[in-house]
Amino acid sequence: MIDRAPLIRVAALYKVFGGDPESVMAMVRDGAPKDEVLASTGHTIGLRNINLEISAGETFVVMGLSGSGKSTVIRHFNRLIEPTEGTIHVDDVDVLNLSPTKLEEFRRHRISMVFQRFALFPHRTVLQNVAFGLTIQEVPKEERDAKAREWLSAVGLDGYEDQYPAQLSGGQQQRVGLARALCTDPDILLMDEAFSALDPLIRSEMQDQLIDLQNRLRKTVVFITHDLNEALRIGDRIAILRDGELIQVGPPDEIVSKPANDYVEAFVSDVTRYRQA
Amino acid sequence: MADSSWLTTFPEMDRADLVAMRKALDGAYREFSRNYGDMIEGFFDPLLYFLVWFEKMLLAAPWSIVLAALLGLTYAASRSTKLTAGIAGAFLLIGYFGMWDDTMRTLSIITVATLLSIVLGVPIGIAMARSDSVRAAITPVLDIMQTMPAFVYLIPVVMLLGIGKVPGIIAVLVYAIPPVIRLTDLGIRLVDRDVLEAATAFGATRRQCLIEVQLPLALPTIMAGVNQTIMMALAMVVIASMIGVKGLGQPVLKSITNQYFTMGLLNGLAIVAIAIMFDRVSQAYARRTQRHLKDVEHD
Repeated sequence: MIDRAPLIRVAALYKVFGGDPESVMAMVRDGAPKDEVLASTGHTIGLRNINLEISAGETFVVMGLSGSGKSTVIRHFNRLIEPTEGTIHVDDVDVLNLSPTKLEEFRRHRISMVFQRFALFPHRTVLQNVAFGLTIQEVPKEERDAKAREWLSAVGLDGYEDQYPAQLSGGQQQRVGLARALCTDPDILLMDEAFSALDPLIRSEMQDQLIDLQNRLRKTVVFITHDLNEALRIGDRIAILRDGELIQVGPPDEIVSKPANDYVEAFVSDVTRYRQA
Repeated sequence: MADSSWLTTFPEMDRADLVAMRKALDGAYREFSRNYGDMIEGFFDPLLYFLVWFEKMLLAAPWSIVLAALLGLTYAASRSTKLTAGIAGAFLLIGYFGMWDDTMRTLSIITVATLLSIVLGVPIGIAMARSDSVRAAITPVLDIMQTMPAFVYLIPVVMLLGIGKVPGIIAVLVYAIPPVIRLTDLGIRLVDRDVLEAATAFGATRRQCLIEVQLPLALPTIMAGVNQTIMMALAMVVIASMIGVKGLGQPVLKSITNQYFTMGLLNGLAIVAIAIMFDRVSQAYARRTQRHLKDVEHD
């Protein structure tokens, strides 16, 4: 099911934060450690030489502790963050060379995003939130409302159309976030720690719902998490990120059985202990 | 010792030079206003026509119709019978004490000043919110506008445009517009960055972000600015009356010079009544547009 040509191709992606990132690129490419670059130039390495291929229909999990650069990497896919160097292709679209108008088109139709802290529009009703992407595309009201109702019902929120986000619980809000992202019918769904802010029970419920939806929809999902259990549960493949560098990429069983180094092993041992208990 | 006298006596500019400088500047400005005064006055003509038309309409219409319209607007904006009844009482008293016409004149100039403040102030506030350099350039200008004594900027305005409604409204605007500008800027800057990022991620253009997300979320703050602007405009009523703006300010001015205590008090209270009406109505309207902030039950 994931043997098609890669949909997303990331090559030699670097991101350096600071006043003049270009000036320190030579040092970064030579592999100078993060602390040394920060101490001598005041620049922070966000990502270093990221190479990834993600297939259509795959649920790809990017994992790492906070500060590992996982939120940075996902924001490059829809260019909420501009890279310092590197290329990103989606199909044959060269994402980093899109003009502003083309980039807006790309974000409207091909890629959408679910946020850790929901980021719903507080002044819009649930229905208007879900229909937001279509509103931006200037789809007629009746059509977009019908679509939004469909997706609200798909995430199990029938009857909440006219509520405001503040009236919903966290789990319900994130369902709205998910429906909002799916409503534009994108190829790619970016989920930035989408379930991390939820209670454990609600979280596993949401994971089930995502797996369920994914079995029907076969979107390309890029999911970010710091929770290996979550990664193992929903991921077709998992990438492990540390200090802006990719440590290991592989299917869940491979990550567990053949951890690439001590860092990954430490993660995994935690999980195995948890599972035995 | 004589050499260091500048330490005790301030080394002032030569008196003759100072006089020459003042004369030169005053002369240049007088020349400017003589040459361009008519042109600039012509530029403000549409505003003058609108002001005169609006005032005439309020004055010519029977008081019962004007009052009914005022109460209708109040109720439509606030949906409060108590507030509407209170305003009805206040305006009936104003009419009974013979201040109806002056109140209409003041109402007209304040309404126009408020509308102009919004029309000019909100776009300036948006520009400030979008660019730090615009903000850095405009902020000191606003500071000057708010602190410079009104009489000082009345001088060049009167020299240029003479006495009357237009210079009056310019004076009111200069004093009253800063809150709308400042709070529009602040309101937009306070919009949650996550929410803005979400709008961008769905492909919203800058314009769409502004109209669909930033302005609606900034609206309570902007309305607070509008409210402040109205209050400051009302505070200028008396000063504006010094340059020929008719209304409740002129009787107050007359009361000051002649020590008519009751007359001053009555007209002052009429200004207060207008202020309360504008304040409560604009606040009630702002609250009603923010329905999503109410009924928060969870967490």
